[in-house]
This record gives sequence, structure tokens and C-alpha cells, in this order.
Amino acid sequence: MREAERGLLDFVTLEDSHGLQSTVADVADDRTDRVRGRLDAIMLAARVAPLTRGVGIVAAADTTVTEPFLLSTQVATLDFVSRGRAGWLLQVSTGERDAGYVGPRLVPEPGARYDEATEYVEVVRQLWDSWEDDAEIRDAASNRFFDRRRVHHIDHAGTHFSVKGPSITPRSPQGQPVVAALVLGAAQKALAAATADVIIVPAKDDRQLATAPERIADAVAAAGREPAEVRVLADAVVFLGPDRTATLERRHRLDALAGASHGADALVFTGTPAELADVLLDWRELGYDGFRLRPGAIPHDLDQVTRALVPELVRRGAFRPRYEADTLRGLLGFNRPAGRSAPRSSAGAAIT
Amino acid sequence: MSAKHKQIHLAAHFPGVNNTTVWSDPRAGSHIEFDSFVHLAQTAERAKFDFFFLAEGLRMREHAGKLHELDVAGRPDNMTVLAALAAVTDRIGLMPTITTTYHEPHELARQLASLDHLSDGRAGWNLVTSSDSFTGANFRRGSYLDYGQRYERGGEFVQAAWALWDSWPVGEPLADADSGAFLSRAPVGAFSFNGTQVEVAGEFTVPRPPQGHPAMLQAGDSDEGREFAAQYADGIFTRHGTLAAGRSFYADVKERLARYGRATEDLLILPGATFVLGDTDEEARELADHVRRQQVSGPHALVFLEQLWNRDLSAYDPDGPLPDVDPDLDSPVRSEGSAQARTLNRDAVAIAAQWRERAQTAGLSIRELVIEMTARQSFVGSPATVAVQLNEHVQADACDGFILVPYLTPGGLDRFAGEVVPLLQERGVFRADYTGTTLREHLGVPATQPGV
Repeated sequence: MREAERGLLDFVTLEDSHGLQSTVADVADDRTDRVRGRLDAIMLAARVAPLTRGVGIVAAADTTVTEPFLLSTQVATLDFVSRGRAGWLLQVSTGERDAGYVGPRLVPEPGARYDEATEYVEVVRQLWDSWEDDAEIRDAASNRFFDRRRVHHIDHAGTHFSVKGPSITPRSPQGQPVVAALVLGAAQKALAAATADVIIVPAKDDRQLATAPERIADAVAAAGREPAEVRVLADAVVFLGPDRTATLERRHRLDALAGASHGADALVFTGTPAELADVLLDWRELGYDGFRLRPGAIPHDLDQVTRALVPELVRRGAFRPRYEADTLRGLLGFNRPAGRSAPRSSAGAAIT
Repeated sequence: MSAKHKQIHLAAHFPGVNNTTVWSDPRAGSHIEFDSFVHLAQTAERAKFDFFFLAEGLRMREHAGKLHELDVAGRPDNMTVLAALAAVTDRIGLMPTITTTYHEPHELARQLASLDHLSDGRAGWNLVTSSDSFTGANFRRGSYLDYGQRYERGGEFVQAAWALWDSWPVGEPLADADSGAFLSRAPVGAFSFNGTQVEVAGEFTVPRPPQGHPAMLQAGDSDEGREFAAQYADGIFTRHGTLAAGRSFYADVKERLARYGRATEDLLILPGATFVLGDTDEEARELADHVRRQQVSGPHALVFLEQLWNRDLSAYDPDGPLPDVDPDLDSPVRSEGSAQARTLNRDAVAIAAQWRERAQTAGLSIRELVIEMTARQSFVGSPATVAVQLNEHVQADACDGFILVPYLTPGGLDRFAGEVVPLLQERGVFRADYTGTTLREHLGVPATQPGV
């Protein structure tokens, strides 16, 4: 995290999953040579928040098994402890075995889980806005700590949840923490277009890479939103070094060790930081607002990003020379959204 | 000399959403900004406290169908704020209150295990069971659990959490770069627990927590609560009573431990306690009276009375006599989300009669009566007096220590830490420095062994 902050990056994503990492879908692979196990991403995000000051922290959490009420307070709290740098990487679990983590409660059939997730984000966003910014009044004259007309039940009654509200947590520094989503298929695209602030696209080939921004823009418009409300980021795995040939060899060595090729789910770049800068500027012309770079190996490739790629991009005037905003929304070029405000007539200002 | 004395355990309870927190004082800071949590946790750590404690409330309190706005409201998520505090503290235990009714065992066990790793063995949990459908309206579960079922779920919840924490063998992951082995065997983390209320299966992603099982308190003074604590908990968070009531509670709970093959020192009795300090005992008493009046304003007193009467009493003068009508037992409960209100409503008419009689005899107004009836400051006096009183309770087996609730955020513990703690240390009844690194070590409760 500190290295990412040194590189003035917008944010770091922290992945998560219910079960163990596996090379086989929906079941443990029982391998002993790969990293297995991980900590809860929200806990990890909160633990690093006080140790950093500028970089956004985007923690993954799942809509299938977690409670929207708890998740909304956890992300809002992450926003408080990071002073406005919190984000949530929206994940939908589609495994057959996910119900095992919350039994005896049932979870929807895999096909219905994106529908559930759309409603889930709506509930979370309503809870984030359930307190107005100025709800805490500490009015000694009327003995009131807060003004209840500025704190709202959300009274959500939907297909998948009923949530009364309001949140137990006041409105957080960003108002609405950033919601990010990864788009791998059509269902994810529709969900992301309807709900996310940041949409990350792991293109599999050049054609997908070239057409994704427009397809995302269409989906965002179809969801009734303005394209300006969304940042679209291309996802890429990067192996970097001052010497292109040596870097290629390193990548092949790592692939051989892993017994699989890196980045089956995203484009892989191998080369020098200057070459990557050329590529990213080309990609920007395709309509991307930015990039999520996944270091092939840590710490080496992250250091190459922060200490070589970033200075190169700064030299070319394509990247910030210093943090110019103190919230993640600010770094992404979003305003702090106005919250709810209750109609307050002068008569309504009387103490009730 | 010190060897003959029991050691006192001390913990700091973050003030906030309750009626003992004074928010109107000019020194009262934010109850939500992270700096307030850092201040109190670091103060408690400098004073070598066992742990930092957070209460929980998963629905905003309501009274007469409206949000209750007289007291502090708004709180962070306990687990998240404690994970952040792990970064700015080194030794103090981190204790969230958690209801087993609205949390999911797998998710909570995973977050607690993560917190234990991220704090190098300082995670705890204060388990409560709840049954109100009022809070349930914020959750998918939603449903009401009756009194018996909530302890059934609580017990299964604990057993499931233990099964998850035991799912990785000691020593994993190996992460041996030389041999290329991350694990020495597979699978790891497979779990399955089948109960009536809890039914979980899958793979646990978090290696065995540093403490094995993070230390657990149980909060609740009922017979079921005591039995539950004797079976499962490392400590019990209780209400503070008089010395005599404390001794009887203490004896009762400790006696139950043998039934579960446990020793008396395996479970600590830790009452919540408030305190007011002054340069002299007299000054402290005056300050305590002033604090009580800040805690119980006129509107507060009426709301408190409405909790018992279950009627709209807003037309009454808080500085006048008590209502002569009886409590309304037939209408729906007016006050929700307050443990106090639920307790009061059981014998409302009889309690109301007692209060009326007390007010008449002593010539008390509504507000004066409520000040008298609601929790008084447990310990009031000069630092020397308070140190003596605290020690007396512990040495007389009324408790093993205290969870202290300051009335001010965030500086309410400063004076206690600076002036009372050194006196306890001089007497040899409180640690001069931490002797261990984990919460279990601070509490002196045995670490769990794998497979137990």
C-alpha cells in the first residue's frame, strides 16, 4: 500500500473470496505449491488505512452471502478511518456451494444473484444517504443530539430484501464511497452499468480492448445514467523491467513455476516501463479513463510501476505529479454527492 | 505483598450511544471520527489496560415511533474500527460486542480470525444474544428468535466459530521458499458444522488465529446467560451492583464452572462501571451531581418515565410530581432498541407504584426521581478513594476487574489513567507494564489447544 501511495496511484484493490483460491472452478484444488488462504478484505483495508494518507483502498465484498446493512456500515466505517479513501469492489458469488457459508439461510439460484446484487447496491447506497450531512446538531437548548428530521428510515421492501434503516453510521466523508465492479460477462456488465462508479474491464484480446469502452457507455446509458458518472478502467497484468528480453524470460520462468500462463483473464504486458507508457497512452485514445495494473510479481513489478512507469507518465504530462485531492472520489474526478435533504419549512424548524 | 493480592483487570468502554455519555459538555468530541477512537484506545494502552471495548446496536433507538434524538446516536462498525485501531496500538486487546442473532457465524469468525492476525493476537468478542424483531427489520434474517432459541443459536454460533478457527493445522502455512511448498499438506480449512440454527460447510481461508480462539466475553446477567458464560466464555460483562450483590453474582457464576470441567480462574467477572474523579471526595460528589443533571435533562426524564408508563407523558412537567395514572400495559411498546426499557416493562405497574411512593416520601420531582433511579456513578471520589474502592471490590470477590465507561468522549479516561492507575500499580494490584502480547495473556485465561 505504501509503495502504491509512493507512486501516487488512485487506489489499490484488495481481493477476497469465501473459499480457498483454486485453479479449478468451484472446488478446492488441494495444491500445496500455491498461495492458499487470505484475510477478510475489509479487515485488511481498515488495518492499512491509518498507515496511508493518499491512496484509495478498495476492498472486495460479496453480495450473495453478506448482509447489506452490515456491509454498508463496514464500508462507511472504512471511509471514516481512511478519511474519505474507501471503495467497495462489488463481487457476486455464483458458486453452487455459496449457500454453505450462511446456512441454513438459502441463497438465490446462481442465475438470480445479479438481480439480487443490483437491489443490494441500491440498499447500500440508500443507507449511506440515510443520514443527512448536518444531522448532528448538539442543540443544548432543546436537549437534542441530532435532528430526527434529517435521519431517514429507508423502508426498502424489494424482491430480495426488506431493510428498514436508517444506518447506524452517519454519512461518511465521501458521502457515497466509491463502488467498483469488474466486468467479465453480460450479467456483470449490466450490474456494473447500473450501479458502479468505476468499471474495470479485463479485455481478453485487442478487439475486446478496442470495443469495450463503447459497449460500457451503451450499457451505462441503457441503465439511465450519464457516461460522465462512470470511470472505465482497462485491466492488465504487467511484467516490467529495464530490459525487455530479461523481463520476458522472467515471466516465462514464473509461468513455468506456476504451471500455468499468467493472466488468462486479462491482457498481459511484458516490457519496459517506457514501452508500457506508450501502450497506456494508446489505450487512453480508445476511451479508457485509466488502468488497473496487476503487478506480475510483488514487489518487483509494483516497484517498476511506482518508480519507473509513473515518473515516465508524469514527464509526459499524463499523470499527476502529486496527490491533488484527499478523497478517492476526488482522485477519480468525482464530486462529493449531495445527500438527501428533507424539505424544511420554517414551521418545521420548530422543536417537536 | 503483591503475590497475596488478586490482580485487577481493567478495560475501557468507548462512550457513545447510551444515556451516560454527556455530549453537551464543551470538551465532548466526536463519537464517530476515528481520532476519538484512537485517543481513547491509546490512553487505555498507555495505562496498560487489558482491552478496548465497543458496544453494539444494529438499529437506531426509537421512542414512541420516532428516532430517539436526546442521546448520542451514530456509531461505526465495530470490527472495521478495531481493525484500524490495530494499526495504531501495539498491545491492548480489541473487543467488539457482537450479537449472534444478526451476524453470520462464518463471516464473523472470518473477520475475527483476520483481526487476530492483523493485531498479533489481540482480538476478542463480547457475545450477546438478542431476540428483538425491531433490530431484525434491518436484516435478511429478520425473524424473531424466542428466548430459548437465541441461546441455542448463540451456542451453535460459538461451536461453529471454534470449528472454523480449528480448521487449519498449527504450523500452516509453511511458506517454505526453498522447497517451493506453501502448504505441507492439503486440504486445509475444510469445515462442516450442522446444528439446528447454524449449518455451515466450506473452506475457511484464514490460517489458525494467533490466540487459537480469540478470547470471548458473554454479556447478560440472566440465568441462561450465566450458564452460557460458564460453558463457553472467558469472561462475563455484567452490570455493576453493590458489593454484596457483586459477591453473590460472582459466587454463583464461578460455581457453575465445575459443571463444564473448568477452574474458577478460567472465567473473569467484569462489571461495567462509571466513575467521576475530583481533587477531593467532596469536589467529586459535586461534579457527579452536575454530570447526573447533564445526563438526565427534563426531556430525558420524561422519555425515561414513558419507557415504564408506556404512555405519552409529554404534557407533564419534569420538575413536577409523578403521573398519577398507571402504566399502559395493553398498547405496543413505545420504546425500542433500549435494553433498559425491555427490563422495565416486565413489572411496570408495581415499579410505578414504588417510584411514586419514593417520590412522595422524599419530595422528588420527575427529573430528581429519574436521576436517583437510573444508574448512579459507580465510583465517585478523589483518585485515592476510587483506587481503594476498586481494589476493595476485586479483593472481596465481587468481581475480577472493571470495564470502565467514561462519560466524556474522547478524553474521559485521561485523568483515571494518569492518577488512579499509578495508585493501583503502587499497591501491586495492577500491572506496571504488559507481561504478554495477546489478549488472552492480559486476561490470564488459558490459550486454547488445537483440537480442544
